[in-house]
Amino acid sequence: MNKRIIGWTLVGGAAAVLIGCATAPTDAETSAKATQVLKASFKARGQAGMDRLDQDETQKTCSEFAGKPLPKDVAEKIEKVNLAAIKWPADGKLMGDWRNGEKIAQEGRGKQFSDDPKGPVGGNCYACHQLAPAEVSYGTIGPPLYQFGKVRGYNDDIRKYAYGKIWNAEAYSACSNMPRFGHSQILTEAQVKDLVALLMDPQSPVNQ
Amino acid sequence: MNKLPPPPGRPKAGAPLGGGRRRRLRGDHHPADIRLGAVASGFALVVGVAFAQSSAVDEIAKYRAALQDGNPAELWEARGEGLWKQPGGPNKVSFEKCDLGLGSGVVKGAYAQMPRYFADADRVMDLESRIVWCKVKLQGFSEADAKKNPFGGPDNKADMEALVAYVTSESRGVKMNVAGAHPKEREAYRLGEKMFYFRGGSHDFACATCHGVDNQRIRLQDLPNLTTKEGAQKAYTTWPAYRVSQGELRTFQWRLYDCFRQQRFPELEFASDASIALTMFLAQNANGAAFDAPAIKR
Repeated sequence: MNKRIIGWTLVGGAAAVLIGCATAPTDAETSAKATQVLKASFKARGQAGMDRLDQDETQKTCSEFAGKPLPKDVAEKIEKVNLAAIKWPADGKLMGDWRNGEKIAQEGRGKQFSDDPKGPVGGNCYACHQLAPAEVSYGTIGPPLYQFGKVRGYNDDIRKYAYGKIWNAEAYSACSNMPRFGHSQILTEAQVKDLVALLMDPQSPVNQ
Repeated sequence: MNKLPPPPGRPKAGAPLGGGRRRRLRGDHHPADIRLGAVASGFALVVGVAFAQSSAVDEIAKYRAALQDGNPAELWEARGEGLWKQPGGPNKVSFEKCDLGLGSGVVKGAYAQMPRYFADADRVMDLESRIVWCKVKLQGFSEADAKKNPFGGPDNKADMEALVAYVTSESRGVKMNVAGAHPKEREAYRLGEKMFYFRGGSHDFACATCHGVDNQRIRLQDLPNLTTKEGAQKAYTTWPAYRVSQGELRTFQWRLYDCFRQQRFPELEFASDASIALTMFLAQNANGAAFDAPAIKR
C-alpha cells in the first residue's frame, strides 16, 4: 500500500516536472519576448528613432547579466571590444578648455525626444558625479571626481585614461552605468577634450 | 473652506462635474499659503545650499513635508468621480458598470489589485488600459479616441488623469495585493523584469541604471531602488501624484513615459503592453504595503 502511494507520488512528481519544463519559458526566450514586446510598445519621436532600441553586443550582454555577477571572461571581452573601438584624437592632444568643460558638465540637454536636435548637447556629468566644489547639486551614481587630477597626478597616462573613460566607459569597466559619450556620438571629440581639461587642468576648479 | 480653490499655477482647474462628494484640502492651508510656503522653503533651500549640501538635502525634506499639508490632487479626484458617474461617450453611459476586477462597478480597493488578468479581454491590464477598455466596450468610443490625450498640460485637462485620480484614491490605505497566479500575470511580471534591465538608446540606460542601488541621487533628487521590496513599496504606493513643478496630477503611465524620455528612448505608447508589463513588475514588488496615493511630489 505504502509502496503504491510512493509510486504514484513519483509518477505525479515526474509529470509535474515534465509539465513545468514544457510550459516555463527559458530565460533566453523571456528576453527575446521582452525585446519584441518592448519594440512594439514604442514609437519614433523627434530625434529618438526606433533604432534606439536596437542593442549592440555590449548593451545586450549587460542586460542579460544585470542583477547577476558578471563572469570574468565576459567582462574582459566587453572591455577589449570597447577599448579597441576608442577613437583617439588625431592631433594627439587630449586636453581642451576646462571653462567649456564645466559648461558641458552642467548641461543636461541632448538626445531626448523633447530636446532640440540642433542642440545643445551636454554630458550632464553633475547628474552623477561631484566635480567642482562650488556646485553642490551633484548626484552620487558615479564616484566623486573632485581633485581628480590633483590626486592622481597631472601626467599623460591619467590624461589618456580620462579621455578613454569619457569616450567609452565600457573599455575600463564592463557594464558601467556611464554612457559612452564619444563612442555613441553623444559628445564631439572637442567636447570630450574639454571635459578632460575640467578633470586634468591644474587651473580647473575641480583641482582646487 | 468648502469651495475647492484652484491649485497653484492652474487657475482654471476643474471643479467637480457631478454632484460628487464635497472634498476639502487637508489641513487649514489656503493655496496662497501653500505657495508662500513653497517660496519660503525655496529661499531656505538656496540659503541651505550656500552652506553645505547636507543642509540643502534637509531643506528639501522640509519642503516635501510642508507639501503634505494640502494636496491639489483632490481636485482631480473630485473631477474624476464626476466623470466616472456621469453618462459619457457615444453610448451615453457612465463607468458605473466598468469592472476593474472586483466586479461590475466596484471601485473601492480595486487599484491595489491591479494590474491583473481580465478574462473578458484575455489579457493583463493596468488601470489605464482597463479604463480604455471600458470607454470602448461600455461608452462606445473607438480605441484611438479612448486613448487620446492621456496626459494634461496647460489649458488641457486630461480626463484620464482625473479618472485615475478618483479610482486610485479609493484604494488609499488598502494593502497592495497584486495577483501573480494566472500564467499571463506571471508572464507579464517576467517580461516587465526583463524590460527593467533592458539597456538601450544613445546612453546605454536601463531603468536599473538609476533604480537598482540604494541611496543614490541624480543631482539632489533621491532615487528609489526599485529592485528591493522596500524601495518598490515606497515608490509605487505614492503614484499617481500631484507634481508641484508641473501643476498637474501625473499617473503611473506618465511616470514610465517620462522616465523613458529621460532614458533617451523613443516614446512609450500609452497603455502599451510594455507599460503594463513594467507596471506589473513594480506593482507586484510593492505587495504588502498600504497604498498611499494620489500623493504630492516636488
